[in-house]
Amino acid sequence: MNKEAKNALFEPLVDNNPITLQILGICSALAVTTSLVTSLIMCIALTAVTALSNVSVSMIRHHIPTNIRIIVQMVIIASLVIVVDQVLKAYAYDTSKKLSVFVGLIITNCIVLGRAEAYAMKNGPFLSFLDGIGNGLGYSVILIAVGTVRELFGSGKLLGYEILPLASEGGWYVPNGLLLLPPSAFFIIGLMIWAIRAWKVEQVEKAEYQIHQVHRTEVM
Amino acid sequence: MLDAVRDFFSRMLALSNESRPKTIFVAVALCLVCSIIVSMAAVFLKPQQLANKALDKKHNILEVAGLMQEGKSMEELFAGIEAKIVDLQTGEYVTDLDVSTYDQRRAARDPSQNVMIESGDDIANIHARARYATVYLVKDGEQTDKVILPVHGYGLWSTMYGFVALEEDANTVYGLRFYEHAETPGLGGEVDNAKWRAQWRGKKLFDESGTIRIDVVQGNVDGSSPDAVYKVDGLSGATLTSRGVENLLRYWMGAGGFRPYLDRLRQQHG
Repeated sequence: MNKEAKNALFEPLVDNNPITLQILGICSALAVTTSLVTSLIMCIALTAVTALSNVSVSMIRHHIPTNIRIIVQMVIIASLVIVVDQVLKAYAYDTSKKLSVFVGLIITNCIVLGRAEAYAMKNGPFLSFLDGIGNGLGYSVILIAVGTVRELFGSGKLLGYEILPLASEGGWYVPNGLLLLPPSAFFIIGLMIWAIRAWKVEQVEKAEYQIHQVHRTEVM
Repeated sequence: MLDAVRDFFSRMLALSNESRPKTIFVAVALCLVCSIIVSMAAVFLKPQQLANKALDKKHNILEVAGLMQEGKSMEELFAGIEAKIVDLQTGEYVTDLDVSTYDQRRAARDPSQNVMIESGDDIANIHARARYATVYLVKDGEQTDKVILPVHGYGLWSTMYGFVALEEDANTVYGLRFYEHAETPGLGGEVDNAKWRAQWRGKKLFDESGTIRIDVVQGNVDGSSPDAVYKVDGLSGATLTSRGVENLLRYWMGAGGFRPYLDRLRQQHG
């Protein structure tokens, strides 16, 4: 695999992660991560949509009129999301009920449109496909991590199997109810961003302004 | 013919991207392709989705009756439940319709099988109801233990479809559960919340004189008040959904709904 393809696939995992670096797709990351199963299904759905929309946009990129390009991208993304939603309803009915509107909201997920506009409009179908898979995986890594923490400490289970026996059922673990509420995902993602930026200092943004230090003589 | 089409396509694609004909051509062609893909997905996956829905409905009937058990098949569990069709007007069982094929929701839309509801009586906002309804009897030997009634009505965004399970006195609620709705997740969607559903158990629909009393209230229910048995704590942030639940219960338990049938059950019960 040449360098470009490798970059397209692996860079979004940590170095250019859509959630922790670009801060995109936060809404669904908060909403679907109460349990690991819903997180996983959401990851698969988003990765599939991003990869396929990138390929489709990339294939017709030379014929997309500039003034309607966003609409063209949205139509492609929306159609793919509906297809994914229908497939989930047919083959993963219970999970699709739990995900409810959030599968439909992949249409408005900035990661999908962002990759179509920023990458697929300028690169060939194969590279765009890898880029879509890569960004989907970058999103998945964060979602799976958040989902694991929330389900394990929020309900003492992983994928529905009991790991920490709950105090209410005769065990010793008192679950943290906050982790079942969406704000907890904010804290977890915030801590992850902190950890990643402590490790990879180049991701820290430059301060946009600096408070002016007033010297005593200026005041007088 | 084919040549002409191919000729038209290549001429269109050769146009400058910024020209108006090309813009319209791309927009139309894209919409056509996308709509074909979407409709194919919808058509091919429909049978599977309908099967899922039917299974989900059975699952909900078992849940509302408290019969769901791990490790047993749906058919096995469903064996203790008898489905019957009731004529809503008389409250009598109907025998000349086939329970397995009768579709109450379709009948409610069919002018030859439905009854229009006067707008003043239509508190559940459903416009029309079927003449006959499918009810489910949970049997304990020969004795009927619980009766499960289908109910539906409008919430905030959507028609909510669900089941109410009543105990043998045809007054005490055993459970309430919705199997289909599109209320706001996290607010009205909390009608699916297990904790909220749990507080319905033991509530009474009618008082001694037979007046319908069930009430979904805002704020906590005062447990010490004598009316507490008729009151359920509404969903916070979902006033209209809560009101929808109350209204649909009041409609379906009222004279336009299952009232004649419930009266008959009560008489049998003694």
